[in-house]
Parts: sequence; structure tokens; C-alpha cells
Amino acid sequence: MVNPATTETALPAGMALEIDGIRHAFTLEGRPLPVLDDVSFSVEPGEFVALLGPSGCGKSTLLRLLAGLEPPDHGEARADGVAITAPDPSRVVVFQDPTLFPWRTVRANVALGLEAQGLMKTRAYRIDEALERVGLGAFGNVYPHQLSGGMAQRAALARALVNDPRLLILDEPLGKLDSLTRMSMQSEIVDLWRRDGFTTLLVTHDVEEALFMATRVIVFSERPARITADIAIARDYPRHRSDPYFADLKRRVFGLLGMDATW
Amino acid sequence: MSDSALPRYALAAPQRPWPGVLLAAAAWAAAGAAIRFWPDEAEYTRTLAPIVFGIAVALSLLAAIGPYLPERAAKVRFAAPWAVALAIALTLWEIVTAKTGYLPRPFFVPPQELMGVFIDDWAKLLECVAHSVILLASGYALGSSLGFLTGLALGWSKAVGYWGHPILRLIGPLPATAWLPIAFFMFPSSWSAAVFLIALASGLPVAILTWSGVSAVGGAYYDIARTLGGSPRFLVLKVTIPAAMPSVFVGLFMGLSASFAVLVVAEMMGVKAGLGWYLQWAQGWAAYGNMYAALGVMAVMCSTLVTLLFQVRGRLLAWQKGLLRW
Repeated sequence: MVNPATTETALPAGMALEIDGIRHAFTLEGRPLPVLDDVSFSVEPGEFVALLGPSGCGKSTLLRLLAGLEPPDHGEARADGVAITAPDPSRVVVFQDPTLFPWRTVRANVALGLEAQGLMKTRAYRIDEALERVGLGAFGNVYPHQLSGGMAQRAALARALVNDPRLLILDEPLGKLDSLTRMSMQSEIVDLWRRDGFTTLLVTHDVEEALFMATRVIVFSERPARITADIAIARDYPRHRSDPYFADLKRRVFGLLGMDATW
Repeated sequence: MSDSALPRYALAAPQRPWPGVLLAAAAWAAAGAAIRFWPDEAEYTRTLAPIVFGIAVALSLLAAIGPYLPERAAKVRFAAPWAVALAIALTLWEIVTAKTGYLPRPFFVPPQELMGVFIDDWAKLLECVAHSVILLASGYALGSSLGFLTGLALGWSKAVGYWGHPILRLIGPLPATAWLPIAFFMFPSSWSAAVFLIALASGLPVAILTWSGVSAVGGAYYDIARTLGGSPRFLVLKVTIPAAMPSVFVGLFMGLSASFAVLVVAEMMGVKAGLGWYLQWAQGWAAYGNMYAALGVMAVMCSTLVTLLFQVRGRLLAWQKGLLRW
């Protein structure tokens, strides 16, 4: 048995991922519907990888497999060299819907992970820290239905961050927000990632969002998802949306997604 | 004049009495006059009129001091229309019974006779209430807790659902009172048989609605709890149960209504105590006044219990406020 305290300090803040020949299918009306077709890539600790692809191509399924919520039909996903077979609080997901528990206050929602792991006695102070970091310091005692969409998603982010994740999985977390809130939260998430150094996987179908936030963009085909491109974004942070570099990249990525006619 | 003189002046200024409460006092005084001075068609006790006049006096006092009451206590004035309506109803009731005999005796009783029942028989009525409440509480507590656990198991475990679903489908629609003859010979005492019946009547709706509440819990909540490191125990206690609670309470309310029906029937049929028994006993003696009194007490008892349950729900489901109106 390894002492958890020493492993915690020995491991880097970000998690290394290897996705190795994953195939996965759903059963729809009795017939298999392939969603992932031989997907392989690896992620270095601390990378911010955007998974970009058309809606319904299977990106979200990949995230569920990486979170350990479902096992893949074929292939293997490994976190720091260990096969992923079950969920673990070191790999936390933020979904498109904030999915806050309506019967809990914002603070109690953020406390969920600590409660689940029996860490409330030693780490309760992290709750207010997490709320402060997402700008909800004054909203701890409020119920979720009293929050706006952006605030609710911030609370969901705090609920993830309170666990000190080494892999943050974002499943179109900004998909339902208005464009201004969306832009400011894109910057906030990048800041959180740069500060804490966790590995981030972002599923999105918003090309601009992927290019603006990630260090690397992996482009997927239509279902069943296959990797069509793996693009490194060679730009330092803070980034500027008006940077001509992004305009060129954008044209290239839209081309990969089959939308080049309008660009 | 300094500023500090102003509030003192405001405090000292005489306030006008509450007009609505004053009207209610007048209505009660009128009712008292009708009872006292309109001759009775038969010989009745004369104790009602002083009580009604007493209420009128109390209401006029309240109207006078009302404006000086703190804001919380001042809310009583909103009951003034009801106080007026009650005085009118009492007067009409008095007229159609004691004054004119329009409604025939002994099936209809005047207010003073009903009051006489409470004065003479309050000890027995109180004892019956205690018996009924203890019986109801025993059956309801047993039934709703077993129903809750059953519903939870049905919704949580596929195997329990597989075996439990057909049984519940078959037994669920059967009214609990249908078990009455069997229950009374299967159980050692009529009291335990009644507990069983009340438990059955309240447990079934609780089980079915807990089950439906548990099955309706969104998978996304479980995904969240699992990725945050929640054990199966954590999922049940911190996700399933709180998420199913609104539905559980619907079942608890349905179960409570069902248990009232069974309580009364069980007390009428076999249990030798309680309000149901009192009703039956009063009918045997053609003591119609006692029957109305028992009905009134029963109404107060049942509505108090429902109110209590509403308050428990209000506490536990405070988070729903603002999500839905109830």
C-alpha cells in the first residue's frame, strides 16, 4: 500500500492520458450504432485538449468512458498508465447542464465531492475557496434555482475544482450560455487551468472556443467518430480573439469539418 | 419642538378600532340576542347565549386594542370575515332548529345541545381522541416506514422490482377495508388487526409513490455523484432519497387520507375505543348530538394531522419553494 500523502506530492498536477484503440457502440432499437471507431491519442500532463467535432459524433461518449462512467467495448483508456475502469474523484466532469442538486444550497452542492470521500472534516475550508475562485463567494447559501445559467455553471465548476482534480473533463460546459457569459467564462476556465495545472479535456462544437482555449485541438469526423486532425495551437496566453493566426486556423478547421464552402 | 417628540405624539394618538372585527362583534352580539330573546320551540339549556355574548365582548375588546398590537399578532384581523360568517351560520342554525323546529328532532340538534355534549362528555371524547390518535399513529408510522423502504428497494434493485412489481400491482388496488374480516381473525387482538389495516392502507400509496419517485431520479445526478467518488450508499442516501422526497410526500398525504378511512371503519367494526367506536355507540343510543360532536372532533383531529404533515413537508422540502407553488 502506497502512502497517499507521498503519491500526491510525487505526481504532477496534471494527469497523463492514453486512449488506445477505443471502439464503442450503442444499441439503438436492437441494432448496434457505432459511435467511436478506433480512437487513439495521448495527452501529456497539464495539456488543454479540445475535442472538436460535429454534434452527436461521439465526443461526449468518449468523455464518459474517460470519466469511468462506462467501460469501452474495445480498447483501453489509461490514466497515468493505469486502465480506467471506474469513476474517480481525480477525474471530474462538468456537463453541459450544470446538474446542481436542487435540494442543496450552492455551498452544499460544492461540498458533494468532499462529503462523498469523507473529507468534510479536514478540507471543508476548500468549499469557500472554490466558491471564491469562481466568483460565487456571496452565493453559498442560495438554492440553485435562484442562480442564472452562467452562475449555475460556475457553481458546477466549483463543485469539480473543490476535489483538486488532476483531469478536468468539460462536456460542452458553455453550450447553453449567452455569448457574453460564454466568452468571459472561456477566459476564466483558462485562468483556472493555468493556475492549477490540471489536464483539461474540453468537448465542444464551437471552433472559436476550441482555438481560443486549448493548447491542442483534436478534430473528429461524423459518427462514428474518427480522428481527422490533431492541431497544436502555438500561441501563448492570454490570447486575443482578433489574432490573425486564429483566423487562418479557423479556416483550416472549418475545412476539416466540411464547412469550407462558407469560409 | 424636537424630533423626538414626534414618535411620542404618534404613540399617544388614539387609534381607530379595527372596523372588520367591530362588525364581527356586532354579528356575534346579534346572534346572542336571537338565542336569548327569541323563544325556544322546546326546552333547551340557556348556557349558550352568555357564551355567545362573551365572544361578542371579546371581539369588541380585540377591535379596540388591535391597532396597538405588534404586526405579527395583528394578522388575526384577516379572520374577521370568517368571524362574521360564523355568527350568521350559528344564527341560521339556531333558527332552523331550536327556534322554529324546521329541521326535525332528534336527527338535527340545535347548537346548545351540541354544546351540552361537549360540556357533559368532554372527558370521554378526549379519551376517544387519544385512542384514535395512538392507533392511527402506530399504523401510519409502521405503514409509511415499511412503504418507504419497500418503494426504495423496488426502485433501487432490479431483482426486488422484478418480484415486487406484480405483487404490488395485484394487491395495490384492493381497498384495505376488504381485509377487515380476515384481519380480525388472523390477529390476536382487534387493536393489532386495526394497526395492520391502517399500515396497509397507508403503506401501499407510500410504497408506490416512493418507487415512482426513485425511478424518476435523473441519471445525470448519479453520474455527478459517481464521478465525485460517491459510494452506492452515498448514492442512495444523498441522491436517491432527497430527489425522490417530493413524490414520497405525495404518497404520505394519500396514505394519511386512506388511513383515516380505515381507522374509522376498524373502530366501528371491532376496536372498542376511539372516535369511530364513539360514533357507533352514539348511534346505538340514538344520541344524535353526540354523533355530531364526534364528527366535529374527528374533523379537527384529521385536519390537524394533515396540517402537521404539511408542516413537516414545508421544512424538509423548503428547497422546492420558488420551484413550484403549493
